[in-house]
Formats: sequence, structure tokens, C-alpha cells
Amino acid sequence: MEDYLNTKGRIFDIQRYSIHDGKGIRTIVFLKGCVLRCRWCCNPESQEYEIQQMTMNGKTKTVGYDITVREVMEQVLKDRAYYRRSGGGLTLSGGESLCQPEFATALLRAAKENGISTAMESMGCAKWEVIEGLLPYLDQYLLDMKHMNAIKHKEFTGRENTLMVENAKKIAASGQTELSIRIPVIPGFNDTVEEIVEIAKFSKKLGNVARMHLLPYHRLGQDKYEGLGRPYLMGDVSPPDAQHMELLLAVAKRESGLDCQIGG
Amino acid sequence: MGVYQYDSTDIPKTERISKLVEHLYKKMPEIESARAILLTESYRQTEAEPMVIRRAKAFAHILENIPIIIRDYELIVGSSTIAPRGCQTYPEFSYKWLEEEFDTVAGRSADPFYISRTTAKELKEVNRYWEGKTTSELATSYMEQETLRAMKHNLFTPGNYFYNGIGHITVKYDEVLQIGLEGIREKAQKELEAMEVSDGNYQQKSRLLQAMIISLDAVIGYAGRYAKLAKEMADKCRDRVRKQELMQIAKNCENVPAKRAGSFYEACQSFWFIQQLIQLESSGHSISPGRFDQYMYPFYKADLEKGSLTREFAQELLDCIWVKLNDLNKCRDAVSAEGFAGYSLFQNLIVGGQNKEGEDVTNDLSFMCIQSSKHVFLPQPSLSIRVWNKSPHELLLKAADLTRTGIGLPAYYNDEVIIPSMMNRGISLEEARNYDIIGCVEPQCAGKTDGWHDAAFFNMVRPLELVFSRGMEGGEQVGVKTMDVTTMKSFEQFFEAYREQMEYAIKLLVNANNSIDVAHAKRCPLPFLSCLVDDCMKRGKSVQEGGAVYNFTGPQGFGVANIADSLYTIKKLVFEEKKISMAELKEALSMNYGKGLTKEDIANLAIQVTSEMAQNGRKVSDRDISGVLSSILRISESREVKENGERILAMIEELPKYGNDNIEVDKLAREGAYVYTKTVEKFKNPRGGMFQAGLYPVSANVPLGGQAGATPDGRLAHTPVADGVSPSAGKDVLGPTAAANSVARLDHFIASNGTLYNQKFHPSALEGMQGLENFVSLIRTYFDLKGSHMQFNVVSRETLLDAQKNPDNYKHLVVRVAGYSALFTTLSKNLQDDIIRRTEQGF
Repeated sequence: MEDYLNTKGRIFDIQRYSIHDGKGIRTIVFLKGCVLRCRWCCNPESQEYEIQQMTMNGKTKTVGYDITVREVMEQVLKDRAYYRRSGGGLTLSGGESLCQPEFATALLRAAKENGISTAMESMGCAKWEVIEGLLPYLDQYLLDMKHMNAIKHKEFTGRENTLMVENAKKIAASGQTELSIRIPVIPGFNDTVEEIVEIAKFSKKLGNVARMHLLPYHRLGQDKYEGLGRPYLMGDVSPPDAQHMELLLAVAKRESGLDCQIGG
Repeated sequence: MGVYQYDSTDIPKTERISKLVEHLYKKMPEIESARAILLTESYRQTEAEPMVIRRAKAFAHILENIPIIIRDYELIVGSSTIAPRGCQTYPEFSYKWLEEEFDTVAGRSADPFYISRTTAKELKEVNRYWEGKTTSELATSYMEQETLRAMKHNLFTPGNYFYNGIGHITVKYDEVLQIGLEGIREKAQKELEAMEVSDGNYQQKSRLLQAMIISLDAVIGYAGRYAKLAKEMADKCRDRVRKQELMQIAKNCENVPAKRAGSFYEACQSFWFIQQLIQLESSGHSISPGRFDQYMYPFYKADLEKGSLTREFAQELLDCIWVKLNDLNKCRDAVSAEGFAGYSLFQNLIVGGQNKEGEDVTNDLSFMCIQSSKHVFLPQPSLSIRVWNKSPHELLLKAADLTRTGIGLPAYYNDEVIIPSMMNRGISLEEARNYDIIGCVEPQCAGKTDGWHDAAFFNMVRPLELVFSRGMEGGEQVGVKTMDVTTMKSFEQFFEAYREQMEYAIKLLVNANNSIDVAHAKRCPLPFLSCLVDDCMKRGKSVQEGGAVYNFTGPQGFGVANIADSLYTIKKLVFEEKKISMAELKEALSMNYGKGLTKEDIANLAIQVTSEMAQNGRKVSDRDISGVLSSILRISESREVKENGERILAMIEELPKYGNDNIEVDKLAREGAYVYTKTVEKFKNPRGGMFQAGLYPVSANVPLGGQAGATPDGRLAHTPVADGVSPSAGKDVLGPTAAANSVARLDHFIASNGTLYNQKFHPSALEGMQGLENFVSLIRTYFDLKGSHMQFNVVSRETLLDAQKNPDNYKHLVVRVAGYSALFTTLSKNLQDDIIRRTEQGF
């Protein structure tokens, strides 16, 4: 066996039968650690690289553990029969997988060498060399694009979008992976028609984009903030209503000319 | 959806169907007395005659005189009761339970029936005749004492056929449609004429053939009564459209089932009379229409080509049959009613699959049958889909689309497992390819088999309990006196003791089943049914006497998950890691892990202790008994017992469980299941066939779990046992693929009486085209892995409310909100409420 299978990384969950992040029936590996601090983040336990304690429903559990690529693959391969039938496979999520470049690359490579299709949910927030290194092993890039205004981006996520925008262009230009643009639709941040139009226009200009996903804000992560002893900065913000989502979907379709959908 | 090979487009539901359904469910179902009165009248007059002739004459007397009705809006006619969804009684099988429940049957929680005072009085009157004459009483007289004792201790229950007819059969509907009952009568006549009075089997065979002819004439006459009634109603009818419909009904009933069906409409009517009257001849349920899309298709196709039928009208006729299938009903005793909850008659109708030559024969009717279930939206028929590698994708999509409505239909069956599993029972490749499903999940070669499926419920956790008590219970030696668990040195010794207890209990189960089997042959041969099953005519034996080509007895075991998890606890905690001793575990089990004992538990333990005292030569006084009682009560509530229970339960909780793709645990499930399946298949039945095991519980896992004590998997006393081959409720926490992988590690080929695997989904997981596609992939993959059957519970609002209250039972329940999936029970109350509201709205 090759050495890269012994590469270690830090994850906080492996979720089987995931059917909303990439094609078919998939296994998602959640990598720990993120460069951004999005206020609406539904996986706050993913943000710190450090192993943490989180209290849920009265029970305290440890979030995060170190694992080798080989061990992850043992789990991933258990559902190979389902991938074959559904066209599914492995999805990396996080956190930002690119924060653990060697591990993420090795995971994708191992999957491809086992004949399993790969996808990655990511903001593209890393040095281009890192992304470039893993593109040969990545079938589907689910790239987050949250806002086109650098200042507002920084206000809500902790960083400007400059690097991500540049990387998006390079990923599209590479033609090496199927690129989907994903917009988390967050009330008070990017849920106006104008803001969605900006992202749709950008996606169109990128070329080589397969589709756009509008992911409505939800509050599923709220309890976890409490569990980590952190305040929930979104306060009482309600999820966007279905009617507004339909409007944004129509706008996104019109401006981008792409295949667009609500949800993953 | 696909528009290439099949016409799978939706057909709208007509107003008539809504009205028929509404009418059917207006009132609580009612018990009627007509059949019992007529049956008894006839029996009183035929006492000197052979039983099979008596049965035929009684059947004829019933069909000549039972009140008949054509309900408003009906296009397909034939009702066994005047009240919609009513039921007749069948005192020749058993009646005492009903008399005992006259006052309570209307108020019971499972499947209540209204019974009028007059009816109760009439039934009481005729029932007196049946004292000592029922199949149930004769069966009891054949059973050994140890069998009756095992039944008293709830090791198994053969209640189904002990108190009722057998049913569980698919007859030659195709032959009736093709040659009519007159054609079948001719065959019987020829067979009779070919006999010499001096033939060795003359007595038995000639009387059967005569009985068959009487029965066939009776059915033709019954249809004639409907023709007459329809004509009379037409004459009086002022509504021109309805008048026309009634005239057509009259014409249909004049023609069928006597003659070959001349049209698709006549084929529908002919099918219906057969379906209805088999169930009026005997109270056996699971009379399964089988491959309806196959035998009806030639008539459909011919009429469409002739231009005499539209697709829309054909759909309406199918819908009418679907409604009628819910018009039939059966009153069971209170305990059985819980085991078969939902007024279900398990009339299994299956579509799709391959023909004798191994070609896929899905047709447009296959799609229309699914459409009918969507239109009628009632539990009957139990709709099933045959799936194999060549099944058209669009058929599965159409089926999945029905699944996501939450109706719990259809069930999916895997040709790739079922066909070889039947061949392993001596059925030819061609016949196995043509299988259909009986009742819940039981495969059968239609028109040739008396499968005796559903022969008994065998609770696999009871013999496990007996290992701990060395076969003793309530002071009686119920099982085998196996090795004292506290002296066991290895897991293998424990497993061996379990095997011994199982083998002994199964032997008694066979004794019970075969006793009942003989009683049916002697007291309730069914001549009409026997006309419609090969090879009764040629063999000169009724179905009950072994006239069918294939004869099986299929008792079903359940609790595989509990056995697997229990064995793993013992293997891991007791023998490998030595974290607890066998004595500690035994104590914790007898004390229900410190979670409290019922009065009966305490009484049983007390009897156990005092009888051990007596065996050791001590005299036991009343004072001793009361002393033992109070000390058991005190101990069971002591802090020490509670703390020990908690501690042991916590250790068990940490162990991996069946249903999570853990190879070590799953292997024990496989081995545990083998102890049942490989033992059962060693036995023979009186009809010349063999026993074959099934692994499914209907809904008996709940009431029969109620009769079992605590088990080493952490299951508390009197709580439900796991259903079918499914993991224990809430123990499969890694999602549907992991659970399906575990279940597929069992040997489904050997459980040839069927296995049942139930998965729960929230509707959102099946949302949109993508949801359907992934769902179909899940089924296909489970079948690739050689699972045999799969059905789905798409959860309702009620389930979610229950999950809020009892989160431990629903740890695996995945819900999807706004594009994300989450485990329902981990969400906050508010979010849960929100999801419940969404479920109410549909998706």
C-alpha cells in the first residue's frame, strides 16, 4: 500500500446516505477547521481545528478526532454498492477541507483510485497551488459564493472574498472538474434580488459552471452554539419564506442562464 | 416519466371512486349472522354424509340464501355482507372467543366491530350446535401436553389457523377467466366419469369431485342472483346512466364466472366473484390475487385493440376492484386482532417481474395497478412490486411515487433471491419465475401450492430466556434443562444451550401445526377452493388433504435483532471482556434491570423459587410463599438492584448493535437466524410437504414482546421485540445504507417463507425527482446485496409527535428541512414543532 493512505487528518463526522450534496447516495466526511467565521454557520463545531467539547441534549461529547485516509476509506467503501447504483460517492465537507490540504488531497486520490466518484463542498479559500493539486482527483466542486461585495463579505464571514473570487475563475478555467456555485441565502446579508443578481452574473461570466444552488438559511445549528458555549449571532432571523426563494430562483435563472435549484 | 415502452401517465380519479370509498367508511364494520345460520341449517341436515359433501352443500345453501346487495355507484358487484366492510362468522373453525367478546368487540382498541343484540342472540343460538365440532377443538385433542404447555407459556402461538381457516393461497384466476367455471366443472365431470366404482381411491375422490360440482354450480347460481337483482334494480331505476350501468352488471353476471370472460369488464367481475367467494367458503385470510397484471392483461389488450375499452374506463374498473377488496372483512379474537392490526386481509396483489421464460413482463396494467392504489388510498390490496435486474426504471419510479405518499405501499420483492430460494425447495425454474406473494411476504407458486404460510408466530427471544432459567418457568419445566448459565465457560456453551432450547421449542411448534393441519383436513375440506388449485382433481384430494402440487408449512420467527444483540452482549461483556459475570446478568434480567416488575413477574418468580425449594426436598408452606413474594418485591425495588441494572444497561448501550454494518454483530444475527431457519426445514407436514421458515412478525412483535421478559440486548421486559429482520427500533444509528447492509448479511435464501425489512423515512427524503432516484437506488442496492423484501414507512405527523415524546425509539429518524438533513430527535423542541407543521402540509 502506498504511503499516502497513512496520511492523518482531523474530522468530526462521517455521514452515510447523504443525498443532498452531490450526485446520488454519498458519504460525507466532515473535516475540522475553517478559515471563515460565517455568522450563520450551521456547523460551528467545524470551525476550530482544535478538538472541542460540545454539550447536546444534556450529554457532553468530544468533537473531532484524528484518523488516517485508510481508516476513512474503510468507512467510505462500505457503501460502494450504493454509489454504483446511484452514481454517488465521497463528498468532503467541513469546515473548509482546503485547510488540511494534504489530507483532503489524499482522501480524494484514494477514492478515485478505488473507482469512487468525488465531490467537495468548499469556499475555495486557500492558495491556488492547494486547489490545483487536488483538482485531478475531484469530479464535482461545490463552490460557495456568498457575496460579491468584499467589505460586506468580510463583515459577515471574517474575510474578504478576493481570494475566493480569483480561485473561482481559475477553477472554472481549469475545466478539470464539474463546477457548481452554491449560494447560502441569508436574510439581512445577501437575500436581496440585487445581491443574487450579482452572484448570478458572476457565475455566468465564469463559464464552465454546471449549475447554481440556492441554499436557504436555516437554524439547525442554533443548539450547537449553545452546546459550545457561544452566542448565536443570527438572533431571531427567520429562514427566507418559500415565495421569496422562488423569486430569487427565477432571478438567478434569468441572469445566469444556468440550471438553478433550491437546495442541494 | 417514461413515455417509451409503457404508458405510465397518470389517469385522473373519477368521482365514483371517491363516493364508493366514502360510503365504505361511513360506519364501524358490523358482524352479521346470515352465514352462520345457513351453515348450521345445512349441517344439521347432512350429518350422515361425507364431510366434503357436507361442506359443499353448506356452501351451496349459503350462496342460495344469503342476502345480497348492489351498493350505490358500484360497477363490480358481490358483497358478503349487507353492511359495508361487514363480516360473517365461521363457527366451524371456532366461536367461543367471539361469544366471550360479544360485549367488548365494539369497544376494543384493535379492529372493533359493531354487533347488534339480535345478531349476538342468533349467533349464540347456532353456536350451540358447534360445541365439540370445530377444527379448533379437534386440533387441541391432537396436541401433546408439552405442546399445550409451551403454548400456555407463549413460546409460540399458532392462533391463526387454530381458530380460523387457512387461506394464504393464490388460485387459478387465469383458468377461470379463460374457460369459466363451466369449463372447470366439465373437467371435474370428466374426471368423475373416468373412475370405476372399484378404484381404490374411489370413495375419497368421487365424493370430492361431486362436492366440487355442487360448489361450482352454487357459485354460478350466486352470480345469477346478482344478475336478477341488477335487472330488477335497473327496471326501477330512473337515472338513465345508472340504469344502463345496472343492465351491464346484469349482463356481466349472467355470463361470468360461468363462462370465459368476454371482455375486460367481465374479467374484472369474474375475478371479483372468485376473490369474494373463496373468502365466504372459509375464513382464511391472505387470499392473494397474485399476478393480476399478468392474467388480466390479455383481456385489456384485446379490448383496447378492438376499441371497445378506453384506458380511463379500465382504470375506473380497477379502482372499483380495489374498493371491493376493502369491502371484505374478518373479525379476529382480541389478541389476534393486535397481531394483525388494521382490519387487514392481506390480499396481496403483485405487479411486474418476469415470466416463465425469464423475460420482463411489466405492462401498462402494472402501472395502472399502482395508480389504483394511489386513487383509492386504502390498505387493500397489499400491493407488491417484483423487482429484478431487468425491471423497467419507470415502474420503480411510479412505485416510489406511491411510497412517498406515506401509505406504506407497495412492498418491494427481489426476484433474484426469491426464485433461487424457491428452487431450493424443489420448485422448477419456470414455476419459480412465475411466483407471486401471499399475505405479507410469502412467495408461492400460484395455483399449485398450499403454503400454510403464517403457520405460527415464533418468538425467538423466549427460548433465550429459558437458557437462563434452565427451561423452568413459573414452576414448570417448559424448555430443556440446559446447563446452568453461571457454570458456563465459553460463549459456545451458551450458544449451544440456546440451540437446544430452540430445537425443542420448534419441535413442539411442529406438533402444534401438524395437529391443526390434520384437524382442517378432517373437518373443513374446502371443495370450491380445491377446484381452483392443481392437482386436487387428479389426486382426488382437497387442498386440506394434500391435493396441491406443493405443500409447505411456514411458521415465522421474529426477534433476529434481539437475538443478535443479546448474543453479542454475552460474547463481549461476559466472556471476552469479562466486565460482568453471568450471575450478574442473570440477576439483572430477572429483575428487569431494576426497572420494575409486574405483579405477574413477581408471582412467577415466587413460584419459581418455591418450586425449587420443593424440589430440594423442603416443604413449602403458604407463609413461605408470602415471604418469598415480599422479599422478591423488596429486592426488585432495592437501590442495589437499580444501580446494578443501570450500570449493566449502560455497558450494553455502548456495544455496537445489529443494523450498523458491524460484521461481528451481523454474523451473530446470521447464526442466530440459522438456528431457527435450519431447524424448521427439517420437519414434514401431514400433507406430504416440508416446513420452511419465514422471518417476519406481521404486527405480533408488539403483543408477543409484551409476553417476554428482559433480554441481554438491554430490551426491557414486556416491550416489543424487533420487527422482522429489521434492527431493533432506534438502534440503527448510521442511516439506511448501514442498516440495509446489516440486514443483507442474513441468509435470505433459506428463509424461503419470506423475510420482512421495514425502513422509516420522512417524506422529505423522497422529495423531487432526485429523492425518488436515490430511493430507487437504495432498493436496487439492497437487492444487489441479496435482500429479499423491503417496505417503507414514510412517517406521518403522528409518528413525529411520538418521536418527540419517545426520542429513544427514533434515534435514526432523518428529516430534511430547507435542503438539509438532520436527525429529528437531536433538534430543539421548536424546530421539531416546525418540522411537524411542515409534515402536516405535505412536504
